[in-house]
Amino acid sequence: MSDERIGVRKTYKLAVGGQFLRSESGRTYVVPDSSGGFLANAALASRKDVRDAVVAARTAYRGWAGTTAYNRGQVLYRVAEMLEDRYLQFGEAVSAGEGSNEVKSRANVTMAIDRLVWYAGWADKMAQVAGSANPVASPYFNFSIPQPVGVVGVVAPQRSSLLGLISVLAPVIVTGNTAVVLASEERPLAAITLAEVLATSDLPAGVVNMLTGRITEVVPVLAAHRDVDALDLCGVPADLAAGIEETAAGSVKRVLRSRGAEPDWSEPPTPRRMLSFVEIKTVWHPIGV
Amino acid sequence: MVTSTRVEPAGPATAQWPAMLAPGAQLGEVMTSEAMLRRFLSGLPGVDQVGTELRAGALSTRSIKSDAKLWALDMAVRMVDLTTLEGADTDGKVMSLCAKARRPDPANPSVPAVAAVCVYPDLVAVAKNGLAGSTVQVAAVATAFPSGRAGRQVKLADVRWALEAGADEIDMVIDRGAFLSGRYSMVLDEIRAVREVCGAAHLKVILETGELETYDNVKRAAWLAMLGGADFVKTSTGKVSPAATLPVALVMLEAVRDFHEVTGRRVGVKVAGGIRKAKDALRYLVAVNETVGEAWLDPSGFRFGASSLLNDLLMQWTKQQTHCYARPDDFSQE
Repeated sequence: MSDERIGVRKTYKLAVGGQFLRSESGRTYVVPDSSGGFLANAALASRKDVRDAVVAARTAYRGWAGTTAYNRGQVLYRVAEMLEDRYLQFGEAVSAGEGSNEVKSRANVTMAIDRLVWYAGWADKMAQVAGSANPVASPYFNFSIPQPVGVVGVVAPQRSSLLGLISVLAPVIVTGNTAVVLASEERPLAAITLAEVLATSDLPAGVVNMLTGRITEVVPVLAAHRDVDALDLCGVPADLAAGIEETAAGSVKRVLRSRGAEPDWSEPPTPRRMLSFVEIKTVWHPIGV
Repeated sequence: MVTSTRVEPAGPATAQWPAMLAPGAQLGEVMTSEAMLRRFLSGLPGVDQVGTELRAGALSTRSIKSDAKLWALDMAVRMVDLTTLEGADTDGKVMSLCAKARRPDPANPSVPAVAAVCVYPDLVAVAKNGLAGSTVQVAAVATAFPSGRAGRQVKLADVRWALEAGADEIDMVIDRGAFLSGRYSMVLDEIRAVREVCGAAHLKVILETGELETYDNVKRAAWLAMLGGADFVKTSTGKVSPAATLPVALVMLEAVRDFHEVTGRRVGVKVAGGIRKAKDALRYLVAVNETVGEAWLDPSGFRFGASSLLNDLLMQWTKQQTHCYARPDDFSQE
């Protein structure tokens, strides 16, 4: 008789519309640790899960885009507070998935938290920086402001499971978009744990919907879905990107293209990603009598 | 002697029924007095609530895919009574609804027209004009819809007015107050009076099942409506929650089946209120097929009273043909 405890193996679920669900298909896949051993099970999303996630994101869109920029910044900052609380847990998730040592993983988590705070700060500054008052030769006050594009499909980076994810997710939602995210195929645990944090922070249900599964299965459906307004193809391998962009063109989506190799996420961020998912609206307002 | 343990499939248990319910029985005599009517209605076999809900649950797990799904979507579109029953309805809104009824998806000519447009009596003339030359019927809700709280003369005048304006179908409400207090003959008289005024027009009787409390009451009210001469029995006005549910529809379909068994007359069922998704519609079609059979899978046997359902049917249709999920904005909202 052995005293060895039998471990409880967790099956991570999908996060759709503020709920944690198994895949509609009932399928799961094994998530390996960095050395190829068993780490956990994750749900294997099907096209119907994609459909449900898009419906949830669309439902949440009006409310989230309608909150004040200041409020969205506060909500993102709150998420950073919650992450700070769970800093050790995320360090372990990153280590297990990426194989980095404890020191490096923790540095990675702090960087991710700081990245979130950086984007949170942008919420109520976007309009000043990206917007403008335009001089026109007629009696109108003419101004341009950035507006969210709608529902954005995000393919998270494959290697950097937390820092990379936050670096692509935060710029999408901070401006008022809602997101359907496909987590890293081989390293999805930090993403689902992040979804668990989001569910208990002030972020309204459906603003971030987290799917886990295969790029080849999920992304083409996302690209073809007419109710998805934009795509961030960050985590898509170069050989698949062209086909997916072609599909996305069918419904005239905005696409932020994959650059092939993953960028160095520790580089200081720029507003480029935020600007990729806003639409500039120009208003002509009559002045004078 | 060999005894069989096989359980007979659930069907009309005519053997245990009152004698007057034997096939071919003359039902006229049950309407001769209040006492006879009450005895008849309370003599109807009770509805097994748990069993009905279980059956409805089981039927709704059926999976309908590819060609069968397209067939069902086509059927569901043809069964839609496109409805607008708002205080804020305008001529313009009704006209655009008519355009949508004739050609639900302008981008896809293979989508058929719906069964009818359902409006308040004062908008019948507008709808009639908007649907001129098409096969789409005009249905009017009359008899002081939705509460039915008005005098008999007012209700009948309401029906006449709608018919004069050109309504092809009349959706009447029963007097739920009278029904719940057991004055069955009063309810029956009213239905018969409306039936008489309707003449050849199609009469749908709204039971407002959300206010009838029990499945037994639903069944009794359905029988009452059918005895009164209804062409269709309809679940709800859409103004009361809960509106149509699958178990309620099942009870009504069973009543319709039994009535057909006894009298040979085919009565249709219309479900209305709260049906917004194509998936729900398909579940009702399964229930129809399994309860009354294929003969009712036709706009003359089953209808959906709905407005937003049509767009979901169109979205599913588009998905089925293009293999891309559609967006709600691709279809006009009303």
